[in-house]
Amino acid sequence: MSERLIDLPTYENLKGMMGEDFIGELLDAYFEDSPRLIAQLRQALADRDADSFRTAAHSFKSTSASFGALNLAAIARALEQAGKEGALDGIGPRLEELCAEYGQVELALKELRDAKG
Amino acid sequence: MPRVKSGSGPGRLLVVDDNKVNRLLLARGLEQQGHQVDLAENGRVALEMLRASSYDLVLLDLRMPEMDGYQVLGQLTGDVDLRDIPVIITSALDELDEVARCIEMGAEDYLTKPLNPVLLKARIGSSLEKKRLRDGQRELIRKFATSEVADELMAKGFSLGGRYVDATAMFSDIRSFTTIADSQSPADTIELLNTYYTLMFEAIGNHHGIVNQMVGDGLMAIFGAPLPQEDHCEQAVRAALEMIELIELFNCDQAAQGKTQIRIGIGIASGQVIAGYTGTLARATYTCVGNTVNLAARLENHTKLVGEPILIDEATQAGLGSAIRAEAQEPFQLKGFAQAVPIYSVPTGQEPG
Repeated sequence: MSERLIDLPTYENLKGMMGEDFIGELLDAYFEDSPRLIAQLRQALADRDADSFRTAAHSFKSTSASFGALNLAAIARALEQAGKEGALDGIGPRLEELCAEYGQVELALKELRDAKG
Repeated sequence: MPRVKSGSGPGRLLVVDDNKVNRLLLARGLEQQGHQVDLAENGRVALEMLRASSYDLVLLDLRMPEMDGYQVLGQLTGDVDLRDIPVIITSALDELDEVARCIEMGAEDYLTKPLNPVLLKARIGSSLEKKRLRDGQRELIRKFATSEVADELMAKGFSLGGRYVDATAMFSDIRSFTTIADSQSPADTIELLNTYYTLMFEAIGNHHGIVNQMVGDGLMAIFGAPLPQEDHCEQAVRAALEMIELIELFNCDQAAQGKTQIRIGIGIASGQVIAGYTGTLARATYTCVGNTVNLAARLENHTKLVGEPILIDEATQAGLGSAIRAEAQEPFQLKGFAQAVPIYSVPTGQEPG
């Protein structure tokens, strides 16, 4: 399941680079930041604040890509682009898609983290 | 070109990113390379930290709340104290058009996220090396210029090329210095020279001149370069008056201690000079050459003959305001000059201002 969600070479590479302990700390930061970013995206969409929407999507994109969550990063990138163009109308479903994908990514990453002791 | 000491040594770095994961990732990567890393979560905090402490390098994210990367970059490049800190933009691959804008604004380089550790190391090392080279140049300039001049030079760029400028050159030395040196201990002689230079630098600096050469007991100073100065003639003469005044005070002090007193001679000439940095990139000095400079040196030498401590040329005399009095001396054919040159003395005791 996790291969579709997480690009394993990217994840393993990051782990090798940063060390096993550190990746746990990094994931904690990601799990802590991401719900905040999703909340910011929802709020920005409600307020039609394209700039705030873009900033949050950008942030989400770059961290997701770091862990190898490439599909999630691609959705975030589409949201960022919409924010950049100020085209927030009709973006609601894509935001929901991002939330759903994140939920799965979070589980997959926790699985990966806990796989080895 | 000689290489400055290892450019890849550890530095003190500031990572600015609103995203905690990115901050941790960067910090970890940099710490693994031996650097000391501080973190800021937005531009406003970053600027506060940069102003409160000193950093060798900033890694800057572009899109941040409160104050974004562009605003930070704008503030940094506009701040005399901060603009020499290299900034590396950290961005996503699809933002390269924005990165180009940042480099035009003065950013040193960029790195794309997710980070590649090899590139990270290479770019940081190269930026730190450039920073150290610039710090070295700044230090070099500070040694012979006022801080205003140094800042101006750093802002306009440091180049070894020369140009013509309208300036005033001054030479000064101590009369009968060899005799003085022979009559006292080496330690006393060095102490005397150090006090003398301190006083002369003070007087010259007070009138916006820079001392660019010191040889034995003699020195050369320039007024009106590298920074243009409208009244460089008058400022040079005022500096000379102050130099004489300070030497007299110094002599009172020396007499009270039963130590040697000194007298100095000063020659001043104004006009077009060729100014620029001479030397090599590793060791350079700002200097002026040309006929005007030769004339000033000859006039300084001529003070011995005339018995007047300050001699100036006609151009300098013409550039003096009414507040300073100069007296015509007998024109004289100085060495290296085809014809007799008009010479003026400046009576001492006039208020240097």
